[in-house]
Amino acid sequence: MTRAGITRYRGDKHRNEMNRIDELFARLRRANEKALMPFVTAGDPDLAFSAEVIRELAARGASLCEVGIPYSDPIADGPVIQASYTRALDNHVKLAQILETLAGVAPQVEMPVVTMVSYAIAYRHGLAQYVEDTQRAGALGAIVPDLPVDEAADLSKLCSAANFSLIQLVTPTTPRDRALRIAESSTGFLYYVSVTGITGERSELPASLIDNVGWLREQTDLPICIGFGISTPEHVRQLAPVADGLIVGSAIVRRIANAVDTPRQEVLHDVGAYVEQLVDALRTA
Amino acid sequence: MPDPATTSVPDSAGRFGPFGGRFVPETLTRALDELSNEYEKARTDAAFAAELDELLRNYVGRPSPLYHARRLSQQCGGAQIYLKREDLNHTGAHKINNTLGQALLTVRMGKKRVIAETGAGQHGVATATACARFGLECIVYMGEEDIRRQQPNVYSMKLLGAEVRPVTTGSRTLRDAINDAMRDWMASVETTHYILGSVVGPHPFPRIVRDFQAVIGRETIEQSRQQLGRLPESVVACVGGGSNAAGMFYPFVDHTGVELIGVEAGGRSDQPGDHASPLSYGAPGVLHGSFSYVMQDEDGQTCDVHSVSAGLDYPGVGPEHSYWKDTGRVRYTSCRDDEALAAFATLARTEGILPALESSHAVARAMELAGQKKPDEAIVVCLSGRGDKDAAEIARLTSRSNSAG
Repeated sequence: MTRAGITRYRGDKHRNEMNRIDELFARLRRANEKALMPFVTAGDPDLAFSAEVIRELAARGASLCEVGIPYSDPIADGPVIQASYTRALDNHVKLAQILETLAGVAPQVEMPVVTMVSYAIAYRHGLAQYVEDTQRAGALGAIVPDLPVDEAADLSKLCSAANFSLIQLVTPTTPRDRALRIAESSTGFLYYVSVTGITGERSELPASLIDNVGWLREQTDLPICIGFGISTPEHVRQLAPVADGLIVGSAIVRRIANAVDTPRQEVLHDVGAYVEQLVDALRTA
Repeated sequence: MPDPATTSVPDSAGRFGPFGGRFVPETLTRALDELSNEYEKARTDAAFAAELDELLRNYVGRPSPLYHARRLSQQCGGAQIYLKREDLNHTGAHKINNTLGQALLTVRMGKKRVIAETGAGQHGVATATACARFGLECIVYMGEEDIRRQQPNVYSMKLLGAEVRPVTTGSRTLRDAINDAMRDWMASVETTHYILGSVVGPHPFPRIVRDFQAVIGRETIEQSRQQLGRLPESVVACVGGGSNAAGMFYPFVDHTGVELIGVEAGGRSDQPGDHASPLSYGAPGVLHGSFSYVMQDEDGQTCDVHSVSAGLDYPGVGPEHSYWKDTGRVRYTSCRDDEALAAFATLARTEGILPALESSHAVARAMELAGQKKPDEAIVVCLSGRGDKDAAEIARLTSRSNSAG
């Protein structure tokens, strides 16, 4: 067992070449900048709109986009993202159509795209097939929120071979030695979950968050991005100094939900303006 | 052919052959590890065993009788049917065997708050009961549809001091109740224990629940030897998540001469959406943290399922059942809603016993099997619960079908 602080873990040690996610964070670090990383649910309320939102996010300065593949039983998600998955599935969105839409938009934007997918879906599709098909559609990696490091060996191997990032999560309940193990096996970046709980906007974030992320940064060269609960420019300014990127999900999905009964151009503008506000907060942090 | 089934499962990663495991958000990992560790310590602690034993004897009323249903056997015209009377336990079902064990673990872990999911309400009542007994706060998640069809149990839970939280997402049944309980646990994991009610979910739940329920099978073996002078030829149990069946079957696994039969909910028909029989019609996949047979569409989305009985209305099944299916140790079949209702009526009238609708599925298949066997053969049915909770719903279904006819 390597002791913390003596050997620095390198998240990219299994890689032979950098992919565009690695290049993004290398570039941001050189420029002393941070990434704003929005999450959108594919197919909410339909795939044509999701494609428009992804283009808008890229145009407004988002650095990386997480595209959520709707799932029927998402236990890590709060009411806002659950409801978006339900809307998409009620409209019978299928994985094949999501990949088709992704292929039409991901290669056109500079912003890297990764999928956020339940292991139930990736497994049913076939793990190798999932990596191959999403990569062909332009995705550069995957976040599988219900696949802990102990169960990730098979997918990890496939991702490494394809130079496809498998972004893994560390949470406030993760013991430190385990966090190091996760940092060692994660690629692309490390997803630090800010709170013990499900996704959703929070007014306050835990006081220990900055210290915990700060500790982890000293142990690994892998970029660390913080997600869950982040929704205000205030949060962004508070967390930017310790993170390489900040992930915003429910606050964006809640705005997209308005597309059901609001003109789409208005919703698109609202989402875009919101993201731009956060990007600005990040630049001045 | 796969290797024959063994009782030395699961392994340390919670695998029953290829099935089981732990597919949950990282947030829950530490609590699951803590539960595994505490259970390992408790398992080898004589004081823990003694306390649980005393509770099972004097609080639950164990051992539950093995009853020779002579009039039912006569009517079937073949083998002798014996009922393992889990319906006579305190709270009226096998669920209490597990909730008392897990409540003791909760106390050992120093946690004061308990959450649970329930379908038929039997696990909810058994959890509320154990929490009252140990002074623990208790919150039970229950689908709105199940609250409607199992009202008596909802009242009981409230009387026992539990809070019943209606679940309004998805199909508003057991599967959605588990989702909401898991979400609660994601935020409360440091102070709360989740008393999962079946042999499903992430490791170590399938193992812990099986072990606490295995008292059913152990007693059945002992009682069969006393009453029959041998083991029965066949053992039949209903399978939703599969906890009464796992508890009954596990001690019999090495007795390879005994035929084991699991009965899933056949619902209205064998068409998708009309039944809850993942072992008969599903495929291996992931649901609620475990790799097991499940009803999913081609994308991996969980399918809606149907059963007249709330406790079997679940698209997944415990991983050890998947293991027993693939090793061939247990034969799985299904029983339709109308067959279960008919068996309910027959048992009520021939033996004066109202079985739970869940257990009625096993009774129906046992009656059929008895007719094909000789009078000197014996079939044990796990009568997992009593049917008082179902009386109103059966009356409603019966009056509807009468007025429709």
